[in-house]
Amino acid sequence: MPKDSGIGASPKRREDVRFLTGKGQYTDDINIHGQAYAHFLRSEVAHGTINGIDTSAAASMPGVVQILTAKDFEGVGGVPCGWQVTDRHGEAMQEPKHPVLAEGKVRHVGDPIAMVIADTLEQARDAAEAIDVDITELEPVMDMKAAIKDGATKVHDDLISNLCYDWGFVEENREAVDEAIKSAAHVTTLELVNNRLVANPMEPRVAVGDYAPGTDDYTLYTTSQNPHVIRLLMGAFVLGIPEHKLRVVAPDVGGGFGAKIYHYAEEAACTFAAKQCGRPVKWTSSRSEAFISDAHGRDHVTKIELALDADHKFTAIRTDTYANMGAYLSTFAPSIPTWLHGTLMAGNYTTPLIYVNVKAVFTNTTPVDAYRGAGRPEATFQLERVIDKAARELGVDPADLRRKNFIKPDQFPYATPVAVEYDTGDYDATLDKGMEMIDAAGFEARAAESKAKGKLRGLGIAHFIEACGIAPSNLVGQLGARAGLYESATVRVNATGSISVMTGSHSHGQGHETSYPQVVAEMLGIDESMIDIVHGDTSKTPMGMGTYGSRSIAVGGSAMVRATEKIINKAKKIAAHLLEASEADIELKDGAFSVAGTDKSVAWGDVTLAAYVPHNYPLEDIEPGLEETAFYDPSNFTYPAGAYICEVEVDPETGKVDVLKFVAADDFGNVINPMIVYGQVHGGVAQGIGQALLENCAYDENGQLLSGSYMDYTMPRADDLPMFDVDHSCVTPCTHNPLGVKGCGEAGAIGTPPAIVNGVIDALHRAGHTHVSHIDMPLTPARVWAAMNG
Amino acid sequence: MTSVTMTVNGKSVSGDVEGRTLLVQFLRDDLKLTGTHVGCDTSQCGACQVHVDGKAVKACTMLAAEADGADVKTIEGMANADGSLSVIQQAFQDHHGLQCGFCTPGMVMTAAALLKENPKPTEAEVRHYLEGNICRCTGYHNIVKAILAASGQEVTQIAAE
Ligand code: FES
Ligand code: FES
Repeated sequence: MPKDSGIGASPKRREDVRFLTGKGQYTDDINIHGQAYAHFLRSEVAHGTINGIDTSAAASMPGVVQILTAKDFEGVGGVPCGWQVTDRHGEAMQEPKHPVLAEGKVRHVGDPIAMVIADTLEQARDAAEAIDVDITELEPVMDMKAAIKDGATKVHDDLISNLCYDWGFVEENREAVDEAIKSAAHVTTLELVNNRLVANPMEPRVAVGDYAPGTDDYTLYTTSQNPHVIRLLMGAFVLGIPEHKLRVVAPDVGGGFGAKIYHYAEEAACTFAAKQCGRPVKWTSSRSEAFISDAHGRDHVTKIELALDADHKFTAIRTDTYANMGAYLSTFAPSIPTWLHGTLMAGNYTTPLIYVNVKAVFTNTTPVDAYRGAGRPEATFQLERVIDKAARELGVDPADLRRKNFIKPDQFPYATPVAVEYDTGDYDATLDKGMEMIDAAGFEARAAESKAKGKLRGLGIAHFIEACGIAPSNLVGQLGARAGLYESATVRVNATGSISVMTGSHSHGQGHETSYPQVVAEMLGIDESMIDIVHGDTSKTPMGMGTYGSRSIAVGGSAMVRATEKIINKAKKIAAHLLEASEADIELKDGAFSVAGTDKSVAWGDVTLAAYVPHNYPLEDIEPGLEETAFYDPSNFTYPAGAYICEVEVDPETGKVDVLKFVAADDFGNVINPMIVYGQVHGGVAQGIGQALLENCAYDENGQLLSGSYMDYTMPRADDLPMFDVDHSCVTPCTHNPLGVKGCGEAGAIGTPPAIVNGVIDALHRAGHTHVSHIDMPLTPARVWAAMNG
Repeated sequence: MTSVTMTVNGKSVSGDVEGRTLLVQFLRDDLKLTGTHVGCDTSQCGACQVHVDGKAVKACTMLAAEADGADVKTIEGMANADGSLSVIQQAFQDHHGLQCGFCTPGMVMTAAALLKENPKPTEAEVRHYLEGNICRCTGYHNIVKAILAASGQEVTQIAAE
């Protein structure tokens, strides 16, 4: 019988009622009395020198309040980068300044040049058209390999070159890996592109800046996954506002997928301008603007080599990647192709020697940063693709080749050659489960049916591992993070027993308001409806790092457990006093405290009331009140893993690929709310199928974005996708966090792309197109058809 | 400025609008009915879906002035008279058909239009009808299930399969 409350239950989401009735409060729904509207004039060219900006005509247009350009931001800091990578020679990465508004040069289409503030949005837009910007166009830097050749045009004139860093990992293994590849019985090589994507949360970004001259307090309302991070970055590095004078509020957030982690120039500009013009300033991104100003994702060009011995055991992996940074370094950009990518190159396998080289390159494109999965999809894609290719070259079953090289359950904890230690896992279990779910045994019969219809059916297998809940702070500090990666929780028990839980994490669709209370309610034995979650407002919540990297339950949930444990400890002391018993004898069960072995008990509400009305209370031993805070800093990452398997059908006439069946068998450790976890996987799989078949962020050679709207950027729609069969019944609980949880938000986006591409290649090979060893994503009909007929 | 009068969720409302004011702006900015969302500027996403004279319309494709005299229904008018969730809204909650909730008002309005035209759609018909509505969170799986359930058809209860 499934539980109907607490950990493991699937209560209906409480946030749904407001979203379903139009009562959600998203940032664009906030309007402050007297607010003015901002519009950003953005560069239409990819690269150019700004000779002058004439705002005089625009300034006198109706309704214009103020026009700001770079010179108004003198003394204001640049938009900071939160991670410094050290290259393979021990040198710090090259880090260019990222001004709030373009200074002297524009470096990508969409780079903001001027901010026009007016009484209405229409007036601001009209005035922006009257600004005269004199730009001399420069050659755009677009191709990563050409960009780092001697004499190439530079994106940043004050840097030595367009190479941000040349990272080697693990540098000490470099020669041993070369040697192992040279002496291997077999080496499989694959060159591939991990296509650039746009995260596209359905809610565009919004910023509303407000300033109270009476108290010198600033408030920023923004579409953010992590309001405390924005407060820290914008307050300390850009505007020089101390934290106690700056409040950042992110109300309901309409999706993020990474794109709403970063501190963006528009947030600083609106906050700064609110004081300048003495009015609240609101900016709402249009979708067209989002395409050129939200950080993009992926965009890696990679060569991977996999060495195997005569027994088909993996002996070494060497990869070379060019990673596009875009024109500036977005908040976490340098960490994505390095620490979130190189450390996962072992996958689920026992490969003893690995060397990863990454060259990060500046180009005249929109900055690139984390998008759902962030580095781990790039690692998984190349690894799972090269294994499939190796299996084909060696004539062995791709599932068997994986099994042969899997880390086995008795090998945990398992230290990989790329510096991480997996705590638990059972990869045979998830692969077996996935093969059972897809009915691999019945595949040949279904392939024959497809063939009879003139279609080509293929079976695509991938197995992934990822690292979630990135940690611990002292380690990530050594790796270059300029922040800690703990999470916080304050459990405030009120006098009548209801509870407010303040968390530094923040939901942008994950249902925290429902699943977090399940944890606290289970621990206290009280009803979930007595517990509310407070998040998304720096004035109400303790400092926390927010929601990304599948960290909320693993890190934020752990903080909540720790704070609740403190509550229980104190409540037991109060109960012991009320029951005139020894604290050691007090038991908490079903919301009541009892003395072990007796029928004496006191209800939860009596204890909480005593805490706040301490008439009969051990005041000499403990303080009144019942409120506790915990900061949880994880001792390791968590390592979810799973099998992603699909059946695809290719139409040989057109090259069109249909996904007929898709299964995911994940090991997420313990699961708090299965319904929400299923939903997270569905969404991730859809984005993974999007990357594999539909989505591509493309630029032309002049740096113009070719896919800048939903007419050209193919978002997955309902009739592009099948129903998904997802399962998380294989469980090896995380060994180092109190809930035994691992994280599920990114899995789908990581495991899916290689499964789809492997499936298409399988279909083509079965039909005799054995010359096709790879097709770059997205596998559009044109690309598949060309590969088959090439 | 021209003045417009229309019925929105059963109430008569009027206001002064510019010629270029879109219906979605009038609903959000003038009437403060912020449940109708704006997710794009090319009429592709469906976040702004409302009903005008009983038909599903993207409120970003219609001028407020064109809706003069019309009967408009938005997500705020979809619940039952007693404030409880309507069958479609309840099905979305029961089947976890929403995550961030941003596409949700448009999805509910589209689903209502579909079920009015086709009370027992197949899965393929549901998917096809949703082609003008983008959801980035759910992968559509649970939205499709919710709509099938709202039409009275059997679907599995657990949100997974
Ligand atoms: S806002 Fe109307 S279709 Fe996107
Ligand atoms: S629920 Fe987030 S876009 Fe659909």
